[in-house]
Amino acid sequence: MAEIVLQTFRFGFLLLLWLFIFAAFRVVRADLFGGRAGRVASVPPRAAAARKKGARGPRHLVVTAGPLSGTRITLGEQAILIGRADDSTLVLTDDFASSRHARLTNRGGQWYVEDLGSTNGTYLDQQRVQGPLLVASGQPIRIGQTVLELRS
Amino acid sequence: MTGPSTDPRTPPAGTTPPKRRGTELALLGFAVVITLAAQCIVDLTVTGSLSPELATFGTWFTALWAVAHLVVRRFAPYADPLLLPCVAVLVGLGLVMIHRLDLAGSQVGGSTTGEDAPVQLLWATVGLVLFVAVLLVVRDHRVLSRFAYTLALLGLVLLAIPAVLPASISEVYGAKLWIRVAGFSIQPGEFAKICLIIFFAAYLVDKRDVLALASRRVLRLELPRGRDLGPVVLAWIASILVLVFERDLGSSLLLFGIFVVMLYVATERASWLVIGLILFAGGAFVAYQVFGHVRVRVDTWLDPFAYQDTGGYQIVQSLFGLGTGGLFGAGLGGGRPDQTPVAKSDFIASAIGEELGLFGLVAVIVVYLVLVERGLRTSLVVRDGFGKLLAAGLAFAVAWQVFVVLGGVTGLLPLTGLTTPFLAYGGSSLVANFGLVALLVRISDAARRPVAPAPAPQPKLVDAPTEVVQR
Repeated sequence: MAEIVLQTFRFGFLLLLWLFIFAAFRVVRADLFGGRAGRVASVPPRAAAARKKGARGPRHLVVTAGPLSGTRITLGEQAILIGRADDSTLVLTDDFASSRHARLTNRGGQWYVEDLGSTNGTYLDQQRVQGPLLVASGQPIRIGQTVLELRS
Repeated sequence: MTGPSTDPRTPPAGTTPPKRRGTELALLGFAVVITLAAQCIVDLTVTGSLSPELATFGTWFTALWAVAHLVVRRFAPYADPLLLPCVAVLVGLGLVMIHRLDLAGSQVGGSTTGEDAPVQLLWATVGLVLFVAVLLVVRDHRVLSRFAYTLALLGLVLLAIPAVLPASISEVYGAKLWIRVAGFSIQPGEFAKICLIIFFAAYLVDKRDVLALASRRVLRLELPRGRDLGPVVLAWIASILVLVFERDLGSSLLLFGIFVVMLYVATERASWLVIGLILFAGGAFVAYQVFGHVRVRVDTWLDPFAYQDTGGYQIVQSLFGLGTGGLFGAGLGGGRPDQTPVAKSDFIASAIGEELGLFGLVAVIVVYLVLVERGLRTSLVVRDGFGKLLAAGLAFAVAWQVFVVLGGVTGLLPLTGLTTPFLAYGGSSLVANFGLVALLVRISDAARRPVAPAPAPQPKLVDAPTEVVQR
């Protein structure tokens, strides 16, 4: 085998290998910054939209039914822990609530409700909360005998 | 998406998020081209002519990835487009290097045990079957968390089997981590790894609040309470037991590292890393004092050339190989990677370093990096805690294993018996890692899939029957 051919193989193959990596990096870049091929679900346009909407997103958490009915909490950036435990943000006096019952978290101006393994469960509308669920304004969250709502 | 929807998480009608299957197909094609080119170069350089098996190999290898692609397209349409091509390049390069070492063995003649590349291709096919099976059976990764404790038991049993079996069945080169039956040798630890990662993920999702919240502050570190140290100490004891009874440094280090990092990911507390390092340092020191096989490994790591005729022979040959390779390598088929003992399995990275040079070896590491990055990205994007931890654990397992193996081959770390994922010769490792990638593909599909529109809101909560359980 001629030396020149061997050298071509030697460097040509390395070039081929790095071209593959270059192609892979283009895909990674497209995911991160939204390349020509369009955005990917992981960096959705809705995140940006949600941030803009944040100003008129929900501002208060209101208890609409149950022992604490009428209580109102102003929402900030922090997560809200709901339960009978003393260190909860909203301390419930509800026999059907667990001590650490549910958590409301803010992600990009939108609020998600999450059940923390409570005995009686958390319901968003009629749906039992399994994983984190998006809460819209005015949608009732039911914890034991207490019903909560987000209001703007 | 059909019809308008009020859920802000669904994109506006008409703009479905890209599935990226075309990208995957193109990159898979590229990976196949790279593999076939490498195979041709090896044949031409070593024997001067193309071998007749090349056509069979090419067809089989192409068919393998075509099937994988079609299965992903059908059953995980939103999966990450980079996972599969990265695996294809690594498996392809591994096959080529094993074929190259086969050729070297047959040229020197005599002592070789025949052709290993076709066997490895067969194992890759078995791996693909597992890949397809996992994608078909596990339609939603969250289901796995229900079997967490069953999988934990399975993992521990798999881990313990070789320790219990007689040495004639389970021992190879002093490490008791095999089951050798009827010509087949299986390393159950590779499968145990995946079972245990699934268990760790499910367990830590349950317990992370306790592990993260209860703590006191000492020296700017959030130290956990004494009783919360239980799980990490258990993991530590388990990996020490593996070290004692199976005499395998690699699996021991792998298990403990994965657990500590998953604990860190779950709790976001750096103190777990510190505690893990302290436990590791203690264990390593005692192991060095007590076990002869550990001391040999450490001594040959500290000064390989002092033991170059005995325990350090492998690592010295590997270092010579890497040195010969230099920046650009000797060219595929141009080096003498067969000088290193067991180059096909433990030292395949040094064979690649010798023939492709620093540029080639770094390229391989970058491919691993892309694979791991996609795994971690999946972990960031997926919406449920279990999926997050599982993806992070699986991705970290690959990264950690590559780091430990390459560290061993290059003399940065003591040698361990771990295999380079996807590259190295060895059925169990290849098959198990195909399973691992299948899980990552499944989770990434869930991560990138747009959320299904919520069902239409039902009226009147007050009238609806609810279940209330009296405690």
